[in-house]
Amino acid sequence: MKEKQFNRSSCYKIISVIVIAVLAFLFAFPLYWIVIGSFKTSAAINSTVPQWWPQELVLDNYRKLFSRQTAAMWDFHIPFTQFTIAGPDVPAAIRWLFNTVFMAVMAMLFTCATSAMAGYALAKKRFVGRTIVFGLIVCAMALPKQVILIPLLREMASLNLYNTIWAVIFPIVGWPFGVFLMKQFSEGIPGEMMEAARIDGASEWKTFYLIALPLIKPGIGALAIFTFINSWNDYFMQLIMLTSTKNLTISLGIAKLQAENATDFGLIMAGASLAAIPIIIVFLIFQKYFTKGITMGAVKG
Amino acid sequence: MPKSKSMSKALVRRETITGYAFMLPSLIFFLGFVVYPMVQCVFTSFFDATMNREDIFIGLANYVELFQDSVFMGALKNTVIIVVVSVPVTCIFSLWVSSVIYNLSGPACSVFRCVFYLPVVTGSVAVAVVWKWMFNNYYGIFNYIGTSTGVLKMNVNWLGDAKYALGCIILILLTTSVGQPIVLYVSALNNVDQSLVEAAEVDGATKFQCFWRIKWAQIMPTTLYILVITTINSFQCFALIQLLTSGGPNHSTDTIMYYIYYNAFKLYRYGYGNAMGVVLAIIIAVLSAVQFKMAQEK
Repeated sequence: MKEKQFNRSSCYKIISVIVIAVLAFLFAFPLYWIVIGSFKTSAAINSTVPQWWPQELVLDNYRKLFSRQTAAMWDFHIPFTQFTIAGPDVPAAIRWLFNTVFMAVMAMLFTCATSAMAGYALAKKRFVGRTIVFGLIVCAMALPKQVILIPLLREMASLNLYNTIWAVIFPIVGWPFGVFLMKQFSEGIPGEMMEAARIDGASEWKTFYLIALPLIKPGIGALAIFTFINSWNDYFMQLIMLTSTKNLTISLGIAKLQAENATDFGLIMAGASLAAIPIIIVFLIFQKYFTKGITMGAVKG
Repeated sequence: MPKSKSMSKALVRRETITGYAFMLPSLIFFLGFVVYPMVQCVFTSFFDATMNREDIFIGLANYVELFQDSVFMGALKNTVIIVVVSVPVTCIFSLWVSSVIYNLSGPACSVFRCVFYLPVVTGSVAVAVVWKWMFNNYYGIFNYIGTSTGVLKMNVNWLGDAKYALGCIILILLTTSVGQPIVLYVSALNNVDQSLVEAAEVDGATKFQCFWRIKWAQIMPTTLYILVITTINSFQCFALIQLLTSGGPNHSTDTIMYYIYYNAFKLYRYGYGNAMGVVLAIIIAVLSAVQFKMAQEK
């Protein structure tokens, strides 16, 4: 009786694993289709019989993508003047990639710095109004952030930030998930260590910098990679804030490419590869931290 | 906090000052780019607001119009369909996958977890364009597979046909939304108190009973969190709609999020769009509260 049950359950398990493996294959297929599609010849793309594994791999699509449009590599506006220093002309796709990296890195740095400090204060400082601030943060997190798009748009316009990369970065930094996550991590800082530092005469800043910061480093790592990947893919915010060709991110660039050449799938897939492959590599390298960020964020009180 | 009672006034003041000093950089961004726009959203929803003109106060007119607008009602219906289908499917599917893979030996578990997360990392635009190709009328693989196996008599215009478009969108949405729940469930299942499970097995509980009575209870907080985030995510379904169908054909795939965008960027009706935003936020807040209550009662 017992043995029969055991057999049945292990049988169920093996079948389930096989089914899940097939599903996993299907989940990975679109990604394969993007990458392989970007190397196909236009004859292979335009045939009604799909070539699952193309006979010929070519770089034509990438060549077409890079020769379509050009843009200055960067343009640095000198504050309080009318002057801008423009970089050398490069293919627009390269500029979009540069914009995206810049945006994701800036969002990551700002978010980590502000969240680490705020999370530490929320977890370890018994200040007046602490519960109100924390309540506000939790409430804001439960609301859909996209409903604020219209007010945000007008606000950015009045701050002269509309159509600049900062209009995308600032709302990401303001989103309180990071503060919440860092609070979770900061709860683990032992009070005795902070007490000891205070008795030794360390200032508040030094206590944070020398005692707390090394202890919450894994948390900051998780938040950094989480913010980087999410801001890279935050299509919605980019779509409403950025308009001119030189300011686009890679995701926006691909969306525009698709709107203009709806059926040149090879070209579009080349763009999609350019958008997806770098972020997937980053994800695979830092996967462990990323997973930690997701699971820690879920441990709500 | 027994400790805070014994804290002297001077200490409280010091803690408050340093507390806010540390909070300040974050608060500037939070209040400036999240709270202020939220307040503005509610405020402007009572105005007739558009570009290059002072806003005109019109009271509740936006809300009244909203509930008489058949396109908005259609968008609301589509949004509800998306949520009602995708939330349970996402939760059940990810729980099933996680319960099978969480105790696999070797790197198998993290490989599976990774693969199911890939569509999320790939990004909505890249995902949308490749699916658009796969669903294409002439060059798409779905039509090829369908017609060559005889399931379909002729090519179907998947995204251009009101009968199929929403279903296709939901399918794509599902592939991009199970990644995070699987990660969460795997970690929750690994944290289940093993001694309780063993005790139950000794007492002769079946695998199913073990799962239902012990593990399910312990992963309940995770389930609740997953319910809330998948609900919010499904309500916010936008990128796929905008890139794949633009709400068409003839508004049949509009969601509230897309219709807000449409009002803001195509019609420049800011006040009206904000009113929709407020309604959407209220719906989500009520749903989250209900889910929370239900989970607590259990």
